[in-house]
Amino acid sequence: MANANYAFAALADPTRRAVFERLARGPRAVGELAKGLPVSRPAVSQHLAVLKEAGLVKDHADGTRRVYRIDPAGLGALRAWLDRFWDSSLASFKAELEAEIRAEKQS
Amino acid sequence: MTRTIVPAPVRKAVEVGASPDRAFAFFTARMGRWWRPDHSLLDGLPRADVVVEPRVGGRWYERATDGSECNWGKVLEWEPPGRVVLAWQLDADWRYDPDLITELEIRFVAVAESRTRVELEHRKLENFGVRAEEIRAALDSYNAWQGGLERFAELADREA
Repeated sequence: MANANYAFAALADPTRRAVFERLARGPRAVGELAKGLPVSRPAVSQHLAVLKEAGLVKDHADGTRRVYRIDPAGLGALRAWLDRFWDSSLASFKAELEAEIRAEKQS
Repeated sequence: MTRTIVPAPVRKAVEVGASPDRAFAFFTARMGRWWRPDHSLLDGLPRADVVVEPRVGGRWYERATDGSECNWGKVLEWEPPGRVVLAWQLDADWRYDPDLITELEIRFVAVAESRTRVELEHRKLENFGVRAEEIRAALDSYNAWQGGLERFAELADREA
């Protein structure tokens, strides 16, 4: 349960959640993660350290870069990601299908 | 006695303004049209299509414009226009693993004239190969912070 509490606390911060969601799309180096976020690179590193401490992400060295990814052992993270993934995928499916049908009716 | 804790399937549903026939065909044969471009495993190569070969055992893969392919899984059950079951064979790092099978079932249920409820279930998530204790810890935390993520999404939507 210590882990659970850590994870909960780690994701309570909106910026940290944004970092985590970006990692859900694939492994990223710190610099890539910092791009597009309204915080400094050192701040992103801090957030990553907290996520790592909570067991939500892990890292490895790739040359001089440190690449972070969602920890596959954190299955809760994976399931949460899939939950959102299918939400957005089905929304896209519905939108494209209905757009095509509307276009046919107009022609 | 060993107690195995398995994660609940992810279940989703959406209603679309089309017949089950049409919805099934669009879902399977036109996946490249609606699958989000940011959900790609082609390492930045432009995507040409997402293909589901229409038969049991058929491949499910993504193809880039240069012809290279990336496997996602295969067709386990093919019952147009009501139901299809795909094997999602991507591991937790989104790499294709032929030995991994998680199941994705999609059902197309007519609810009215030209109206279909599309029900999706992604199950056997335990096959992602996590030890039981890790699953237990993850699920404990899942319940705690999933609520947080959902609330985050609501807030984000409200602000958008």
